[in-house]
Amino acid sequence: MQPFTSHSGIAVPLLKDDINTDQIAPVQAMRALKPDYKALLFMRARRRDDGGEDPDFVLNQPQFRNPGILVTGHNFGAGSSREAAVWGMLANGIRVIVARSFADIYRENCLQNGLLPVTLAMPDAQAFEARVLAVNGVAPFTVDLTTQRISGPGGPDLAFEIPAADRMRLIEGLDDIGLTLKHTDAIASWERRMATEQPWLQTARDHRA
Amino acid sequence: MPKTLFEKIWDAHLVARRADGRELIYIDRHVLHELHAPHAFEQLERQHRPVRRPDLTFSMQDHTVATKPGRDDETNPSGAAFLKAMREGSRRNGIRLFDIDDPEQGICHVVAPEVGIVLPGATHAVPDSHASTVGGLGALAFGCGTSELAHILATQVMALKRPKRMRVRLDGRLAAHVSAKDVALRLIAELGVAGARGYVVEYCGAAARAMPIEQRMTLCNLNIEMGGRSGLVAPDDAAFGWIAGRAFAPQGAMWDRALAHWRTLASDDDAEFDREHVLDCSNLEPQITWGTDPGQVLGISGCVPDPVTVDASRRAAAESALAYMGLTPGMALAGLAVNRVFIGSCTNSRLPDLKAAAEVVRGRRVAPGVVAMVVPGSTTVKREAEAAGLDAVFRDAGFFWGESGCSMCAGGNGDRGAPGERCVSTTNRNFEHRQGPKVRTHLASPETAAATALTGRIADVRQVLSRHA
Repeated sequence: MQPFTSHSGIAVPLLKDDINTDQIAPVQAMRALKPDYKALLFMRARRRDDGGEDPDFVLNQPQFRNPGILVTGHNFGAGSSREAAVWGMLANGIRVIVARSFADIYRENCLQNGLLPVTLAMPDAQAFEARVLAVNGVAPFTVDLTTQRISGPGGPDLAFEIPAADRMRLIEGLDDIGLTLKHTDAIASWERRMATEQPWLQTARDHRA
Repeated sequence: MPKTLFEKIWDAHLVARRADGRELIYIDRHVLHELHAPHAFEQLERQHRPVRRPDLTFSMQDHTVATKPGRDDETNPSGAAFLKAMREGSRRNGIRLFDIDDPEQGICHVVAPEVGIVLPGATHAVPDSHASTVGGLGALAFGCGTSELAHILATQVMALKRPKRMRVRLDGRLAAHVSAKDVALRLIAELGVAGARGYVVEYCGAAARAMPIEQRMTLCNLNIEMGGRSGLVAPDDAAFGWIAGRAFAPQGAMWDRALAHWRTLASDDDAEFDREHVLDCSNLEPQITWGTDPGQVLGISGCVPDPVTVDASRRAAAESALAYMGLTPGMALAGLAVNRVFIGSCTNSRLPDLKAAAEVVRGRRVAPGVVAMVVPGSTTVKREAEAAGLDAVFRDAGFFWGESGCSMCAGGNGDRGAPGERCVSTTNRNFEHRQGPKVRTHLASPETAAATALTGRIADVRQVLSRHA
């Protein structure tokens, strides 16, 4: 996984609650094993009925063509567990999402892919959103995970909290499977113990076979 | 220390604590589907990492399969590559596959319990947000993404943060023609679409206890629609009886041992929960969604809210939902004309769901102009329904009777509505464009869907039945 230390980019305001994975990455866009992840991000909102670009959608506006940070509301990423909803962000250069809150599975998928999920405390969340709206894409913000600060135009640096474990995993770009495989002995010994204590869990045999 | 049921299962499956503080929870049963597993197979092969326990892993073909009778890989052209990649990946890794032509093929959350792969007190993972469907049997299930799916294949554990504990008590007795679907929709309305975020929810109380296993599965299926990490019902004799004799369930002396353990699977009387919620189900009427998230719900006799009366933080969402759905504030939903009715999905496609719908439909006709579909949750359900003559009831009424799969729930197989169509659906998400571009989805129970198909208008099943009595 690509490590995350700091990221500077244009902050895009998409200030709505409950944006779901069907909006972020519609299943109809995943009709190939390797779809165009860049194009599928917010695919429906990007297009008008006639197929042309909707100039009102924020990511279509000239100042937000090269986004780096998405700024959004509560419960971001609700719905399906599909990871394409994270891959689409990365394919567009978005490596940070600042949300009021995240849906659980979506946040997990972010951590798996080196995409930093940030939640600011109030009133900083509101202040940051106002600054993002005011700056309107003319200058970038920087999100630094090592110092846990967001800096940029329109005000002082803002500090954010993130669980130490998540922070370490992102900064070091740790291989999640590798991290767990260090516990292979414990896994094997759990299996041996369970094969005695609850043996029905350690076998899944078709009794007709 | 008194423990909740969730904590008992969690603690029994805790293998180790990882350097980053996450807890490694052993996964007893891992069930894959073709929309996401091929990417994980490829990732592991690139990393030269083997599948640790193929014998505890199962592959299903459900999201992209066509539902047209006589289907094959190519019937849904965009599904063919997924089906093939799933087939080959499962074969290379020695994983049992329930392929498109398997007599037990179907939706992962329907098939796994049906063949006895899911057991009370077991942990279960699926790369799908509706994993906790099987909580209806007292299993602790987690949905996950593709990276986590690869992680489980390689390690047989999930690296999780311990969720919080919520208890939802369902008091009273459900009225006739009111089901677990209606209970779940009312709960989502009361708790909100993020109300259970970070929690494992245990459903208890007289109404939960009285639900047959399939209804408990419907209840737990919709747990994710209020953001829950997992949801379950403590297993009881109804659950044990349901599992007994299923192909992958323990048998003989092993069954007796398992059963003795399963009888200990309940929250201790004085166990603490971080959050509690109570719903009195006695006066509940059939529920239906009016908006574009599963928390925007009405009783069938109710009227669409006026956004000015909605909490300020939800007002813009309500306005936008009304516009998308083509509704005006204050109007009744009952009586609104529909174009489509869909009965199926991991939420409501098991045999009792189809029986309940068929009892409404029997001897009647789908209203002219309405496209009505029934897609059984598994090929087993389909066969059993046909043996009971339900297919004839539906077909004679003018319903399409399909082959099993996820179908119109997310339309990943090409089954979808046309722009602007209004659809009453027994599925789990009424998100914009989910069932096709601009399709307007109303979530409801199988009986409400069936009654709606007959009248061509959103209907109160109780009135439809009394009218014809």
